[in-house]
Amino acid sequence: MAYIDPHIHMVSRTTDDYRRMAQAGCVAITEPAFWAGFDRSSPAGFYDYFRQLTDVEPKRAAQYGIAHYCWLCINPKEAEDPAFAREVMKLIPEFLDKPNVLGIGEIGLNKNSRNELIILEEQIELAKQHDRLILVHTPHLEDKLKGTRMTMDALINAGIDPGRVLIDHVEEHTVAEVLDRGFWAGMTLYPDSKCTPQRAVDIIECYGNERIWINSAGDWGPSDPLSVPKCHVEMRRRGHNQKLVEKISLKNPLAFLGQSGRFILPEHS
Amino acid sequence: MPQPSCPLTSQQVVDIYFMEHRAKLLDVAAFLDRLERAEGHEGLQDVRVRALKKAIPLLLDSNCENHANRTQRMLELLSDHTTEPTPAAHTQSALGADPNTQY
Ligand SMILES: [Zn+2]
Repeated sequence: MAYIDPHIHMVSRTTDDYRRMAQAGCVAITEPAFWAGFDRSSPAGFYDYFRQLTDVEPKRAAQYGIAHYCWLCINPKEAEDPAFAREVMKLIPEFLDKPNVLGIGEIGLNKNSRNELIILEEQIELAKQHDRLILVHTPHLEDKLKGTRMTMDALINAGIDPGRVLIDHVEEHTVAEVLDRGFWAGMTLYPDSKCTPQRAVDIIECYGNERIWINSAGDWGPSDPLSVPKCHVEMRRRGHNQKLVEKISLKNPLAFLGQSGRFILPEHS
Repeated sequence: MPQPSCPLTSQQVVDIYFMEHRAKLLDVAAFLDRLERAEGHEGLQDVRVRALKKAIPLLLDSNCENHANRTQRMLELLSDHTTEPTPAAHTQSALGADPNTQY
């Protein structure tokens, strides 16, 4: 079945992964800007990363018939030094008009610190000025509950329409609040942290299939670029119908990402 | 919110998932055994281990019965519940349990 993986870091994956994803039915991906596993030593490191996201990856994906879109930002792990973060943020407007850029992301918090929050607020403002969608990374493990609430407060205080924001990496203790406040929710399927395919389907069963999607967030760490189709298998194994699979992995991503005015599925282009 | 619904019967849930979760439970038991066999006692006092031991009884907590919210309650137990921003990020990583909670 054709599906969208709306959060995956292909710069960390091999071309073989593109091939395997295409074979599994992946037709489009969106790739948020993130922490590379080490801190970049200069803003120039980000300049080249943004070139990779807007120029190199779309070509690599196209070889397998996969449409590639991206999000730009400085990630929260590298936002503790506001002066450095602002230098990186200055580079973003130059790239915003590239055809595959959907918005600002994945912004958010990591350790819920004051400086991270300041840079988050400034990047929300950047999205607002350019009228762009926002993709939010929520913190890991013990920091997620607090960080998710702080981030939603910052977005609402900035006057952002929650229907134009996706809050990613939700779990059982954050999903209800995210949906109740009008945001979109993303579930990340990881082997050791975040959600397993089983728990993601449990969450859909408990909280419904509106304003929610699943993604692999495949990157350089323990992760699986085929976890989205594996979750589809889990849905079918439980007797859910194909309509639910399509809702979660095609209709919902299309509805949210379509608000960018740029996101088009390959067969529709 | 829709009524929580799984298309499977409870018997089918057991038939499909029992072996997988039996294995996961044995892994937890083996982890705790390994911890006790290992040299030194620091690990036994580690906040992560203390938090895990607090979380295990939630599996059988009668307050969870008929609410089916064990996962949510475990995640809440393992979370930082303060509301003010932390003054500074001294690390980039997370532990899996809140280091400032007395578990
Ligand atoms: Zn990510």
